[in-house]
Amino acid sequence: MPGTVQSIERAATLLHAIAQSGGQMGVTELAGAVDLPKTTTHGLLRTLLSVGFVEQDPRTGRYSLGAGLLGLGTHYLDANELRSRASNWADSLAARSGFAVRLGTPAGLQVVVVHHVFRPDDSPQEMEVGALLPAHATAVGKVLLASRPAVARSLTDVPLDALTPRTVVDPAALLAELQATRARGWAEQRGEYRLGVAGIAAPVHGPGGLVVGALGISGPVEELDAPGARGELRAMVVAAAASVTRELLT
Amino acid sequence: MRERYVLAVDQGTTSTRSIVFDRGGRLVAVRQREHRQHFPRPGWVEHDPEEIWANTQLTAAQALRDVAAGPGQVVALGIANQRETTVVWERATGRPVVNALVWQDTRTGPLVERLAARPDAALVRERTGLELAGYFAGPRLRWVLDAVPRARERAERGELLAGTMESWLVWNLTGGADGGVHVTDVTNASRTLLMDVRTCEWDADLLDFFGVPAAMLPEIRPSVGVLGTASALPVPLPIGGALGDQQAALFGQTCFAPGEAKCTYGTGSFLLQNTGTELVRSRHGLISTVAYQLAGEPVHYALEGSIAVTGALVQWLRDSLGLIGSAPEVETLARTVSDNGGCYVVPAFSGLLAPHWEGRARGLVAGLTSYVTKGHLARAVLEATGWQTRDVVRAMDADSGLPRTALRVDGGMTTNNLLMQFVADAIDCSVVRPMVGETVSLGAAYAAGLAVGVWSDTGALRRNWHRSAQWVPDPARVTALDAAYPDWEHAVRLSIAWGERP
Repeated sequence: MPGTVQSIERAATLLHAIAQSGGQMGVTELAGAVDLPKTTTHGLLRTLLSVGFVEQDPRTGRYSLGAGLLGLGTHYLDANELRSRASNWADSLAARSGFAVRLGTPAGLQVVVVHHVFRPDDSPQEMEVGALLPAHATAVGKVLLASRPAVARSLTDVPLDALTPRTVVDPAALLAELQATRARGWAEQRGEYRLGVAGIAAPVHGPGGLVVGALGISGPVEELDAPGARGELRAMVVAAAASVTRELLT
Repeated sequence: MRERYVLAVDQGTTSTRSIVFDRGGRLVAVRQREHRQHFPRPGWVEHDPEEIWANTQLTAAQALRDVAAGPGQVVALGIANQRETTVVWERATGRPVVNALVWQDTRTGPLVERLAARPDAALVRERTGLELAGYFAGPRLRWVLDAVPRARERAERGELLAGTMESWLVWNLTGGADGGVHVTDVTNASRTLLMDVRTCEWDADLLDFFGVPAAMLPEIRPSVGVLGTASALPVPLPIGGALGDQQAALFGQTCFAPGEAKCTYGTGSFLLQNTGTELVRSRHGLISTVAYQLAGEPVHYALEGSIAVTGALVQWLRDSLGLIGSAPEVETLARTVSDNGGCYVVPAFSGLLAPHWEGRARGLVAGLTSYVTKGHLARAVLEATGWQTRDVVRAMDADSGLPRTALRVDGGMTTNNLLMQFVADAIDCSVVRPMVGETVSLGAAYAAGLAVGVWSDTGALRRNWHRSAQWVPDPARVTALDAAYPDWEHAVRLSIAWGERP
């Protein structure tokens, strides 16, 4: 049997220590509890922080268990369940916005389409449920990457496909955009997956607080990105995603 | 132009919902309240009509408040209701003499068997277009008249009133004991076994056959047309229309042309096909029913295939077997395998409705081998809905001879992609889902809105209909399912034979 990975073992020890304390612990205190140098402990905590497994009190700098960790074991959300719960809100978003709606869940650097509502103009369209989309070039994908910093960092390890001349393939630029996405709560793309097609998406949170999916609209750039429409469409997408989040809490 | 809204009340089996729609047919407010299910004895299912009336007032008031529309912006009320559920109440007090007998209630079984043995029983099918079955309202009314002391003489004197749920609600909405209007819509009346389906009037011979006094019955009115003013609401509204829920869904799906069909996939499933103004009599186990009638226009008919158990089979997998945690997870479990492994489930929990009408058939799982896993069972459960749809569609093709257009679907099970693709493959026809899934309420709103001029004609309603999803048959799968269909038919025969065991 191959040996264990030391850093994972140490991270687990840290998490157990915080859990046993029943509250918050400082770096020095933690380093002492797990018998590691303070710098090593700090490095581990920063990684755990970035994946949402611990949280840091901005006032005291002390650490507690993160919402991401709590959401992990307690609630596995079935993709078909997610579709069923999202269906009414996705329909309503399509009817109000006039654009096609997709609900995606993460699959590494790709997105699985778990629900697809046609653009309500009765034009010929094909069901895309089950299709995989590249995360870096789609709005739903960016939302999902933004919620998974560890996955997002692996973007620097692989060459990003330039699907159109507008696809963002510079990892640093993409990471900056993901950070902006996290901060404002929605993502967009303009002709980055297919030329002429734009998208807007927002996160859907599961009961544990983790982002479990991304709900978004897509359509012709000139319609979706029209100065008069853009703000209203973003608000619609964010509100619809929030409605699905609320639905999942019930 | 100032937006105008229509309020729809969907009085269903488990809850009462009040929904407000705008002129685009978009949903703008929803309020819902469940009511208690009473099971006083095995096979008996009752609702308290007064609780349902209270829930109607409450949810309607809430939904009207939610829209926060200006005065006069909500212009009409439409009603869709659970069909065949029967209420009998006192004209003077508005008090029900018994709880409502719900459409799922099987207490009239022995009564119907006695009636079916009479030499003149063929009259029923001939006049009503329906099967003589306990599923319809007439036998329930007869049961109440037999069971409640002095009910028959009081009914004959006009002291008791009877009706399906929309009659009860309209009577209360329009004033109740203080001048309430006692009417029923023609789609609901067509489900009683008491109405001549060609003349759309109560039939004296049928009333005699079932022993129901004419004095207690409501006046039959068109589905679209003002029935009265709902003065009991915070804002009095004209009641512009009423339809049985499945007919309302047909209307909401805008199936206005002969051949257009919809299937609502819920606990049970109901496939209705518009057959136009000519009554088509089924020779293949469907029922002929009224689809809708606009005031001053001829009645439109439909062929109906009623399937008792579809979504309820998935609930059984969840609640009785515990194989899944939630209904949508059935798709996840079914996708762990690529086919049914030779397994078939016939969900004849309380007999089979269309196209078999075998009240004594009982459910079975056929084709078990040690190879079959829970994944195969989940697949067989979903396929049972697809196969039953095929049974009904095949009968419909044989009866109507109308060219089949895409099947319009709605209801909770339509978010199940595996099932919807299976249906498309099993019936070799495209399956389409509309943008507004709430087709029952939408149909009631459309009926009421047409009556007061929110929409000019049915063409305007058609323009509101948009596809949200479509499943196209895959030729290879169509061939494979054609080859498997005889196995399903065999399993159905076995479930019927089981019910006939000595």
